[in-house]
Amino acid sequence: MSDQFEPKIVAFLCKWCSSAGSDLAGVSRMKYPPNVVPITVMCSGSVSPLYILSAFKRGADGVLVSGCHPGDCHYIKGNYYARRRIALVKKILEFIGLEPQRLQMSWISAAEGSKYTETIKDFVQELKPLGPQTRLRRGK
Amino acid sequence: MKRTGVFVCHCGINIAGTVDVKKVTQELSKHPGVVHSEDYVYMCSDPGQNLIMESIKENKLDKVVVACCSPTLHESTFRKAAKEAGINEFQCEIANIREQCRWVHKDKDEATKKAIKLTQATVEKVRQDESLEPIGVSVTKRALVVGGGISGIQSALDLANSGFEVILVEREPSIGGHMIQLSETFPTLDCSQCILTPKMVEVSKHPNIKLMTYSEVQEISGYVGNFKVKILKKPTYVDPDACTLCDECTKVCPVLVPNEFEMGLTGRRAIYIPFPQAIPATYTLDVKSCPGLLPIACGKCADVCEPNAIDFDMKPEIVEEEVGAIIVATGYDLYDKKNMGEYGYGKYADVLDGLQFERLLSPSGPTMGKVLRPSDHKEPKEVVFIQCAGSRDPELHCPYCSKICCMYTAKHAMLYKHHVPDGQPYIFYIDIRSGGKDYEEFVQRAVEEDGVLYIRGKVSKLFEENGKIKIWAVDTLAGKDIEINADMVVLATAIRPSEGSEELAKKLKLALDKDGFLSEAHPKLRPVESVSAGMFLAGAAQAPKDIPEAVAQASGASAKAISILSQERLFHSPTVSKVNPNLCTGCGMCVEVCPYDALALKDGKAEVNEVLCEGCGTCSATCLRGAIEVKNFSALQIHEMIGASVGG
Repeated sequence: MSDQFEPKIVAFLCKWCSSAGSDLAGVSRMKYPPNVVPITVMCSGSVSPLYILSAFKRGADGVLVSGCHPGDCHYIKGNYYARRRIALVKKILEFIGLEPQRLQMSWISAAEGSKYTETIKDFVQELKPLGPQTRLRRGK
Repeated sequence: MKRTGVFVCHCGINIAGTVDVKKVTQELSKHPGVVHSEDYVYMCSDPGQNLIMESIKENKLDKVVVACCSPTLHESTFRKAAKEAGINEFQCEIANIREQCRWVHKDKDEATKKAIKLTQATVEKVRQDESLEPIGVSVTKRALVVGGGISGIQSALDLANSGFEVILVEREPSIGGHMIQLSETFPTLDCSQCILTPKMVEVSKHPNIKLMTYSEVQEISGYVGNFKVKILKKPTYVDPDACTLCDECTKVCPVLVPNEFEMGLTGRRAIYIPFPQAIPATYTLDVKSCPGLLPIACGKCADVCEPNAIDFDMKPEIVEEEVGAIIVATGYDLYDKKNMGEYGYGKYADVLDGLQFERLLSPSGPTMGKVLRPSDHKEPKEVVFIQCAGSRDPELHCPYCSKICCMYTAKHAMLYKHHVPDGQPYIFYIDIRSGGKDYEEFVQRAVEEDGVLYIRGKVSKLFEENGKIKIWAVDTLAGKDIEINADMVVLATAIRPSEGSEELAKKLKLALDKDGFLSEAHPKLRPVESVSAGMFLAGAAQAPKDIPEAVAQASGASAKAISILSQERLFHSPTVSKVNPNLCTGCGMCVEVCPYDALALKDGKAEVNEVLCEGCGTCSATCLRGAIEVKNFSALQIHEMIGASVGG
């Protein structure tokens, strides 16, 4: 069962580092599974907990929030806010009975196409044994 | 009426290779709100852009999505085309199906499915995009340069010669920086003073330059084009216009403290001129070492000052200036010698750092250009130079290469040999890095013509024995232990960002790299711009640099500043935060998190300063009531994008 299961991942990538890093993965022709659909936001600090919950509600099996490395935020400190927020949302997920490992945060710079590739590959592998996310999924 | 057009690019086979472009086009034509969808082999080409423009007019489109490469490449291309065809440029969005899809996936079916989702999500976003106009602001046509070393001097002169007013702020009593301390410069052995002092004089005489020495930037507010700066002018207690440089004051001053300009090799009085060629040419009373400003405590200097230039009542002054651009050229310091205990610094008088050795070599230095041991004033016959003292040492010291030490050590050894022809210089090195015009030849010259002995290896220990400094080291090429009885040791200590640059970075909202140097906006393509708009970096404040590089960057920074100052108006991205006053409770959380001080409470509601706002959206994620959002990145838009991304 878990072999056929292909998790759906929504990835919130900051425009300056992680989205550029994912572009670099493309330019370098690296390969990663197509399970992830990226949404580029201005800053990881702009990712509201509601976006994450909304993604799970609409049926995402995993959510990735990726920003600039600590200290490198284009907006000075947005990624620090993101880091704190993600830690809290993970607690909320645990509280409502959803595996907190379905939410991940990563630091991917514009120079780290390979890190983006590895992050996606690893995340897909980690999500597979968890099976489909049904706890928050609306309807189905 | 929302009439969206979707244009899918093949990019030759760069997209069409793994993505079924026809299928994407077809699927999107069924998407709600899409009235037209079309594919073309190269959408960014002239015919491709024409096709979009024609279609906007023909199909009365008010929204456009182009599914193609990354928006970093062609977003502006297509937005321009959309604008030309009569719709607002913010009504055009890019779905990245090349870098984020085709190039990273192998399976055509999966890649096509993902391309469809990506494009659908973008259609959902564009549906609710607002039409926006760039925010225009006027420009104050003056610049501030912080730091009066060679970089700051070059920047100030370039700006001033281009017709812009410049305020040059230097915290020391004179401009000149570290370069004015140097004896001769590699690889040409120009006398440093001879090439720098004319520039210093030019700065002091230039009608467009307002020189503020012994001053520090205290506070900065505002934004690109319109900064407000508060500068603290520390009191020198000497009226520079009245002072005749007679030097009578230093003769009576009873205080003797280490002379900073001579790197502590000699002393200076509490009232002093840093060096005879100082600009501005005047004395400064160092209040920290003066026994007391009250004439009753000492006041000897004032008694002998014939022109009555000394004024004990001088007070610190805050000067406010308005500028449009800022260049930060705060330079470097040497790695704190206290950290180099293993090389006996501070313990042995004859272990010096590079700048101290420069002073010994300088004809205007404490020994009038004679190389003499500080301990007994004898001429050293064997001198050991140790490179990478604190550099390239991630375990104990600084991990990075300080870049200029290989060259200046070669110069030191060479000049030493010129001063002491029967002496023997040794250089311990890890690698010799001599990239630069005529640099390699210079190092070769040191070896071949001046007999400098290079030994690859690190010094493990040095200690004093019988009036000499015994050095234990390993020659890693020969694999042998070495012992040298040296008369003097010179450490090429690491280059550090100048003291206080972290504090200044905080005031200016500049980012620092892991080593504490100021971060550039992009390591390759924007090397002189800082992360803050309108602020530029020059010289060693950004990374260790030699003089030609510092000067080149300083001129680059001025050119960048001029590109702002020469505008009548500046335009700022309009994707900024917007407050819904009906939802805002005035809790002020957004005000607290805003990294740009762009939010303030007014009449109990948050208010956005659109010029300061950079549109990061930290406020929107913080607001508990969803009362603040970045334009065209609204929560509704993101939710719809999520839906399209997950669905199907």
